[in-house]
Amino acid sequence: MKRFCPPLAFLTPRTGETPVTPTIFTHIFDNGLALVAEPSEGAESAAFTFLVPAGCSYDPPNRAGLAGLVCEMTIRGCGTRDSRSFVHDLEILGVERGESVGIALASYSGATIHDHLAEALDIYADLLRRPRLPADQLEASRQVCLLELASIDDDPVHKLMLELRRQHYPDPWGRNSHGNVDTLNQITIGDITRFHASQFQPNGTIVGVAGKIEWPAVVDQIGELFGDWEPVKGMALETTENIECVRHLEMPSNQTQIGIAYSSVPYRHPDYFQAWGAVGVLGGGMSARLFTEVRERRGLCYSVQASLNTQRDRAAVLCYAGTTSDRAQETLDVLHQELVRLGQGIRADELSRLKARIKSSLIMQQESSSARSGAIAHEWYHLGRARTLDEISRLVDNLSAESINAFLAAHPPKDFTVLTMGPEPLELPRAVS
Amino acid sequence: MQFRNHRLKNGLEIVAECNDQAHSLAVGFFVRTGARDENDSITGVSHFLEHMAFKGTPLRSADDVNRAFDEMGAHHNAFTSEESTVYFAAILPEMQPASVELLADLMRPSLRKEDFDTEKEVIIEEIRMYEDQPPYRADDILKARYFKEHPLSRSVLGTVASIQGLSVGQMQDYFADRYGPDNIFVAAAGRVDFDRLIEQVTGLCDHWPAVHARRETPPAPAHRGFESIHRASSSQQYILQMAAAPASADKDRFAAKLVATILGDDSGSRMYWDLVDSGIAEQASLGHSEYQGAGLFYAWSCCAPDRANSVLASIHAIYQAAEESGITQQELAQAKSKVKARVVLGSERPRNRLFSVGGNWLSCREYRSVADDLQDIENVTLDEVHELLAKYPLSINTTLTIGPSRDIRPVPSTAQIA
Repeated sequence: MKRFCPPLAFLTPRTGETPVTPTIFTHIFDNGLALVAEPSEGAESAAFTFLVPAGCSYDPPNRAGLAGLVCEMTIRGCGTRDSRSFVHDLEILGVERGESVGIALASYSGATIHDHLAEALDIYADLLRRPRLPADQLEASRQVCLLELASIDDDPVHKLMLELRRQHYPDPWGRNSHGNVDTLNQITIGDITRFHASQFQPNGTIVGVAGKIEWPAVVDQIGELFGDWEPVKGMALETTENIECVRHLEMPSNQTQIGIAYSSVPYRHPDYFQAWGAVGVLGGGMSARLFTEVRERRGLCYSVQASLNTQRDRAAVLCYAGTTSDRAQETLDVLHQELVRLGQGIRADELSRLKARIKSSLIMQQESSSARSGAIAHEWYHLGRARTLDEISRLVDNLSAESINAFLAAHPPKDFTVLTMGPEPLELPRAVS
Repeated sequence: MQFRNHRLKNGLEIVAECNDQAHSLAVGFFVRTGARDENDSITGVSHFLEHMAFKGTPLRSADDVNRAFDEMGAHHNAFTSEESTVYFAAILPEMQPASVELLADLMRPSLRKEDFDTEKEVIIEEIRMYEDQPPYRADDILKARYFKEHPLSRSVLGTVASIQGLSVGQMQDYFADRYGPDNIFVAAAGRVDFDRLIEQVTGLCDHWPAVHARRETPPAPAHRGFESIHRASSSQQYILQMAAAPASADKDRFAAKLVATILGDDSGSRMYWDLVDSGIAEQASLGHSEYQGAGLFYAWSCCAPDRANSVLASIHAIYQAAEESGITQQELAQAKSKVKARVVLGSERPRNRLFSVGGNWLSCREYRSVADDLQDIENVTLDEVHELLAKYPLSINTTLTIGPSRDIRPVPSTAQIA
């Protein structure tokens, strides 16, 4: 076991108006598992996030939905606990838990009162390393996944955005982790155990822990629980070359949903914060351009937004608006116009408002152990290190209208993927692919 | 952690939970007005008025309002419910004065005709958005069926027709009747400078005229009812149920929260094991909502259309088993652990405490600390839970389903259409 001490980032505690930014401790175990932790004096809770390289990008194309089904099976008992005692024991410990499957990662997170953290981590070591994956619960788990898949059909915004991602990103990076009915039905218990054996492993797994914690105790416990976990060779990515693209999905709805995507730079790119700032001016806050132009000035819709969706090696800006069908064409035209106008640059006053929002968000993030455990784990995933909130705050300070405009001049919003859903298709604005 | 309160001469109250250890604070203006205070000719006006507060004041244009919030880095918003309209901001301590000034200004909106006409379109878009999403506004329909003539039967959003029919004059009259200092209070939580807050609110609000607003809070008797709405375009069947439960000031509301957790929490509950874990229903949950004078148990489930009858039967069997055989000490202990942990975890953010402090003040004019809530949850006994199940039987409920199935039968079969 090797230890990286002193911590990667250490800031001398300060007193006064500005709350102290906590220290981040990190440790990489010999088997590749990364532990990132941020103690917080003021918290009563402790939270953890396990990121495991078990996202849906590893699904074989004829087993789409496998990662999601494996995730569902892992919470049906582990170690000495069956599924009922697993849930019961965590609930007695007061653990608020959540699981999700993304493109590259599966995430298991939990938060509880700090003195229950150690017992909760013991159970999660069983979950990740020794899940029972009970064959007699495969059908129930499959039904859970099939029902989740069916529910998307009733959720127009979710359905639109999933399809927009699928069309915009190259496979497997735009996949929907829910898979489809045919492939879900083909998954066997052998597929489940093979996927678990190759993807649930220390190499590529990141543990984030935050809140009222003692670093020496945490690093010792994680070492005991995971230090002898053997790394294995993970599955190779299999991609599907032909992605069917459509511009419009028919739906007998009141509203037409509009989605637009264009490529941007990912989190680890040196210009990420320039891209983030530009998208913030477009879609962050109620004085942002989309809210002002589409909703406030024209009253075209209730919901309009833009966000920067980042994966490790690629990113896209995803825009959304939903509006009554007879005003949908105008909404699409205004949306498109605003995206093109963004390429012409932003003003300093727009950026200063955005900075104020970002900085208060960063400080408020310290009030949630859950938010911090997830944030530091994801920082590690993207960068191979975890920055303190002070470091991130300095990066935000360094943004200027000039630096963002230089970025926008080099990377203007263009080559849009446009998808609409509703009763009638829309006419695409010119220069839209 | 310290509770402080103050009352201005015109009746406006200020309440705060001050925590010097917090990084931020949240502050809100809570108006004691909502859908239950409306009538048929102004359905949806409370929520529409909440939107209009952001459309400008004598001091600010709508753009000025939005810019001002963003300039102070505020996480701000507003919401309207059956019994309150709340405008709030979560900010850093140095922004307390600026945010209080802005929020107080919003409480005196211009209500200009041209803004009213533009915003009407936004409200209608919001209604149409919900009409496209499950449960396709069936929750409003069920509320109307369950509460019948009771004021809580009213829809918060209103309908496209009721919003189209509203005039700016009606909204101005409603505003004059409800937005007075004796019907509004200011709540804050986190790193609050309370002396500064009193000084500022006094300067900004002490000239507001009282409105002497009133509210009826009758009880809502339980009754059986059943209705099934056919919606061919839906892929799943949605099941909603309402039953009587303790109101916001009732002592047995903590037992009600524990019953809802034991029977219908989204993990580890009886509904979870019988319906969700087994893959029979995508969701099945039970919650407790409290209002002044009345409370609700509210069940929600969605499933494949051909499973809906068996899901309804399973839910009814869960209710009957709880009423007839009770629950176990182990279930109660598990639910207490879970609810208490949620209270503690939720209390870390000042904005969450704002809604807790404000919500208690709204319904009971009472301050409750996190420790008070934890103690009351811990004190609930198994006997009290069983008494609650006898007093508020879940098996007597009003059920509404919506989805593609035309073959949904009431359980028990004697239930009549309300």
